[in-house]
Amino acid sequence: MTLLYTEIEEELRASVRALLADRCPPAAVIERVESEPADLDLWKTLAGEIGVAGLLIPEELGGAGAGPGEAGVVLEELGRAVAPVPFLTSAVLATRALLPTRDALLGELAEGRRTAALAVSFAASPYRPQRGSAVRAEGGRLSGTVTGVAGADAADVLLVPVDGELYAVEAAAAVVTAGPSLDLTRPVATVTFDRAEARHAGACDLAAVLRLGAALLASEQLGVAEWCLETTLGYVKERHQFARPVGSFQAIKHRLADLWLDVVRARAAARNAVADPSAVSVAVAQAWNAGVAVRVAEEALQLHGGIGMTWEHPVHLYLKRAKSSEIALGTPGDHRAALASLVGVPGPEGGEQ
Amino acid sequence: MNEADIKQRVAEFLAGHDPAGDRLEFLRARFDAGLAWVWFPEGLGGLGASRELQQVVERELADTPQINGGKQGIGLGMAAPTILAFGTEEQKRRFLRPLWTGEEIWCQLFSEPGAGSDLATLATRAVRDGDEWVVDGQKVWTSGAHHARWAILVTRTDPEVPKHRGLTYFVCDMNAPGVEVRPLRQITGEAEFNEVFLTGVRLSDDLRLGEVGDGWRVAQTTLMNERVAIGGAPTRRGGGVMAAVLDAWRERPELRTHDLHQRLLSLWVEAEATRLSGARLREQLAAGQPGPEGSGMKLSFAKLNQALTGFDVEFNRDLGYDDWTFRRSEDVDFFGRGPGYRYLRAKGNSIEGGTSEILRNIVAERVLGLPSEPRVDKDVPWKDLPR
Repeated sequence: MTLLYTEIEEELRASVRALLADRCPPAAVIERVESEPADLDLWKTLAGEIGVAGLLIPEELGGAGAGPGEAGVVLEELGRAVAPVPFLTSAVLATRALLPTRDALLGELAEGRRTAALAVSFAASPYRPQRGSAVRAEGGRLSGTVTGVAGADAADVLLVPVDGELYAVEAAAAVVTAGPSLDLTRPVATVTFDRAEARHAGACDLAAVLRLGAALLASEQLGVAEWCLETTLGYVKERHQFARPVGSFQAIKHRLADLWLDVVRARAAARNAVADPSAVSVAVAQAWNAGVAVRVAEEALQLHGGIGMTWEHPVHLYLKRAKSSEIALGTPGDHRAALASLVGVPGPEGGEQ
Repeated sequence: MNEADIKQRVAEFLAGHDPAGDRLEFLRARFDAGLAWVWFPEGLGGLGASRELQQVVERELADTPQINGGKQGIGLGMAAPTILAFGTEEQKRRFLRPLWTGEEIWCQLFSEPGAGSDLATLATRAVRDGDEWVVDGQKVWTSGAHHARWAILVTRTDPEVPKHRGLTYFVCDMNAPGVEVRPLRQITGEAEFNEVFLTGVRLSDDLRLGEVGDGWRVAQTTLMNERVAIGGAPTRRGGGVMAAVLDAWRERPELRTHDLHQRLLSLWVEAEATRLSGARLREQLAAGQPGPEGSGMKLSFAKLNQALTGFDVEFNRDLGYDDWTFRRSEDVDFFGRGPGYRYLRAKGNSIEGGTSEILRNIVAERVLGLPSEPRVDKDVPWKDLPR
């Protein structure tokens, strides 16, 4: 086990970064977020040319047979670009749910020919996997509602866990209602099934699926934090006030030094979570990285001054992503509460309240 | 040289030296066998091997007589790497062996009443007199000076040039006439620090470390090693000060509250993220990719230590203190004392070895590339600086 990046991971990072620099600059993301956030052309290129959609799928099922380490690096880059592509929702969450069933759909997902979404609230956690879901299965048909589903807007097929079983429903057979979302680049939707035709795919350990999602989300949060820190560093070196670059003032320098330390620790926590996606590693990575991403994004906005409050500067996309992903797959408080029993720090039962 | 080679060396050494015999003889022999610090050169206590292999030696020799890492901390962590980098062959042979065995303890004569964070403004003078230097001045915050045989000392040898350029580095003989050590009682009640008065102290020129006027560069080596020594120690998950807090937490369920529980879990997460970044840094160093992350370790360590020790006092709800007796401590006894001592002593973590403010400046300027603040004293001769 290592906390460093392998050569293969660095090569993958370089390919993804180059493609995103070309196809997904922040200005392009801002331009499209209000009309059609999901960039499915970009997604097809990422899936087809770099093969990111099949990273977690074994070779014999049509994937690349890679692991969480490689998926983590892709997410760092997607986070740095707030790229509106369904990697986390389709290639991680939906794919991981489907993997134990070895369903033939995996091959289509790996190639990027089809895109899936896990019909589970993005606000559910490994500790409360059912939060936001009320769906029942009757005679091969599903009825009920799931709120806050991420990636549903871009999905061809919905994977729905009901009572430990996983069902596949064509998106056209469900009603997907996307209202405005805090995160413009990864909107959530309400998914309603009304006796929708469903195919039983196999058993589903939803908590385990959400735990791997949470492990990998820490890498995306790292990427978001890295972009915010680097962009802010660039800005405070350029921006002059009182006849000096604002970055020469100790009040600014010390805040950035502290943020850098937070990011350094977030990198270690994220790599630990992909190297060993155990319950403790994942809870630590989420409890730490979710807060770091929000903190760095908030500081980035403040240190950009008035420009940080404008629609045309991309920092708001990152703040919205950071704040939403702080809640996604368990809040930092949910993950800390889980650690209490995982690492033997019991609460005050019977003690003074 | 790999792990197997090192293990063989240790086995050969143990075959010839009985750990149950004389402690000092055993340590001397270990030094001579190159098993003191394996990354040092041969003949100087090492084998010219990779630094990572030291842990193999420590593991293999765990049940043999050990050096006192606390009392010898300054010698091992700061004096030794500086002597290795800047000493003459003669100096290295003279000083490193008794330093490592603990026969000679070292202290560090750096800070002065008027020169702490701005160390380069120091005023202790060294004036050349033939083959000797005559030193006059006052140093402060000198840990362990009361049992030190030698000191690393920075002095001003040229007041006519700007502050960083007129400094020269020496090894100071703490037994020399004119060296006076006075205890400085601390907020913990004990005196681990001292003031050291240097009055007409004569040091021969062969005690000089590095070139005349090059003292700042030599001191940078010392300070860099000091920060790594303070912040770089590996810990296990839930170890270090956290372990002491967790022990208390598990033993006293009646003192737990919801508020303290939430705060402890937050600190646990921060400690674990910090531990992981230390582990990652060591992996980087072992892979030959030294990153800038090391600069931040002491900062994280100080902040965490202070938060944890403060938490511990609050959790224990004990308004007492273990011992205010004035005494001359041997070293920092973080785990042999009570929560009150740990809380008070940890306040020094963000001051000693570079204040957290100075370390943030270093991170901001050297790691993040931010511009420095205007320096009004940059080209002014030291003697003309306002004081």
